[in-house]
Amino acid sequence: MGGLARSWRCQGRFLRLAGLAAGLALALGACGAPSAATPAAPQQSIKDIGSDTIVNLALAWAQAYGASRLDVNVSVTGGGSGTGLAALINGTADLANASRAITPEEIAKAKANGITPVQHVVARDAIAVLVNPDNPVTQLTLPQLSALYTGQLTNWRQVGGQDRPVVLLSRESNSGTHVYFLANVVRLGNAKSKLLFSPDTLLLPSSEGISAEVRQNPNAIGYDGLGYVTPDMRTVAVAAADGKPYVLPSIGTVNDKSYPVARDLYIYSNGAPTGAIKAYLDWIQGPDGQKIVAQLGFVPVNN
Amino acid sequence: MQALDRPNRNWGEVVVEALVRATGYSAIVFVALILLFLLREGVPAFGEVPLAGLLATRWYPTESYFGLLPLIGGTLLVTLGATLLAVPLGLGTAIFIAEIAPRWAREVLKPLVEVLAGLPSVVLGFMGILVLAPALRVDLNLPTGLTALAGSLLLAIMAIPTLVSVAEDALDAVPRSYRDAALALGATRWQTIWRVTLPAARNGVLTAVMLGVGRAAGETMTVMMVTGNAARLPTGLGALLLPVRTLTATIAAEMGEVANGSTHYHVLFVIGLVLFVLSLIFNLAAGAIVFQQRRRAERLLS
Repeated sequence: MGGLARSWRCQGRFLRLAGLAAGLALALGACGAPSAATPAAPQQSIKDIGSDTIVNLALAWAQAYGASRLDVNVSVTGGGSGTGLAALINGTADLANASRAITPEEIAKAKANGITPVQHVVARDAIAVLVNPDNPVTQLTLPQLSALYTGQLTNWRQVGGQDRPVVLLSRESNSGTHVYFLANVVRLGNAKSKLLFSPDTLLLPSSEGISAEVRQNPNAIGYDGLGYVTPDMRTVAVAAADGKPYVLPSIGTVNDKSYPVARDLYIYSNGAPTGAIKAYLDWIQGPDGQKIVAQLGFVPVNN
Repeated sequence: MQALDRPNRNWGEVVVEALVRATGYSAIVFVALILLFLLREGVPAFGEVPLAGLLATRWYPTESYFGLLPLIGGTLLVTLGATLLAVPLGLGTAIFIAEIAPRWAREVLKPLVEVLAGLPSVVLGFMGILVLAPALRVDLNLPTGLTALAGSLLLAIMAIPTLVSVAEDALDAVPRSYRDAALALGATRWQTIWRVTLPAARNGVLTAVMLGVGRAAGETMTVMMVTGNAARLPTGLGALLLPVRTLTATIAAEMGEVANGSTHYHVLFVIGLVLFVLSLIFNLAAGAIVFQQRRRAERLLS
């Protein structure tokens, strides 16, 4: 049962991995060695596990880096921020991708295992609020979003839309995107707030589940990383508070900090990175890696 | 004495007998091991979460709300809906194939129904998201089509092939003489089916229903994709038109990201235990019904 569940979520990833393998094979072929293409030097392999938000980005990095550095092989797996950090803590991964910061509990657990997680900001992500294109609502404030997602507002009329019930969509409660949205939108960044998502919130296991529902249901409101937004959904402009300007998410508005729902994306390593891992992280944070960040709809960091 | 006469054959028999016995016992051993594993991983949860917390109505594990009632209710509701849809349809199909259809139709229908059983649940789930849920929302004028009803409909589709196949075999196994006798006594065809053939095949038909319902209760993927997974306690059959969250979908969605050894992890195993107990209750109930009917049949015959 669980196997099936995972395979559905991982399908896209496997396809992309297959593409990556094909790309590598092409790259090897292009080197022009007609006989067995065994690399002379032993390959150093880096195991990179974590956030589903970052998995496409991490694969693109691994592919581009692997194409230029044949002695290093980066293998990327998704599964979620928690999965990646757990793998780093258990010593089964070299790098963990996370769309949220590591928790004190996780740090304590890592220390107990003799592992010191070190945080690297590798990209930024805006979380876009999505509605059906037929929905006349084009802008919302953060307090309105909070009231919608806690179930205080249940009709679109209450935020200037049609007389329709609101159907709340969210990612599962342990995805990094959900955790970020809870802390910064539902609770409006108030650490003492105990507000929760309304129990009527539909928790969908994948980005595809959210976009399929938003595309066909004019009652729905959802959220997802900017990299996952397709043109057949409407992105809502968000204002930080009443009277503040409404801003649409884009690379420009995230970097000048005017879009209020944006976050850092991290890679965690064990201790200060050395050798091949350090070279890889430096490359990611350098111009080549950050160019890929922009290409995939995320926001580059200016270190 | 024969053992001494033909030692070779007997030696082979001993081995085969031991193997058969081992496979027979292995089923028991596997179930016991699974239960042991579930207990080992799940029991710590009872120390970490008070019983009242587990029996609460709010499921929000990342904020330490571990109320299992909405999940249990969700599984029961979706399974009940699927059973209500699948049993009449499946039984009707089985009766048609076994009793009414001409020979050529039977030879086409039965393999076709069995092909339906091979449909991967993910495929059904995608059809549910892209076709069924939008259709339900528009036709029934619901806020969203991702509801318990969508799950029940798809689960019924998944349960029907098993149900039909097993029930048809059971009906087919009823001796021809029963039907002949009924017809000779002047019973109509419908009376023969309803009063003679179906009761005679009762045990097999009940097994068919159990297997079908079991498939529905344990199915994960389809349910996770189409029921919306909102952990709201269902309060009646009207909740079929609202989103629900089932036990299986909760395990599948959350096990991947849960920290090993945390309270949440232990509670997910408690959910596994709850599923185990639910299926035990189902099976015991079915066994009790079969047993009671056998006793009644024996009384009538004696």
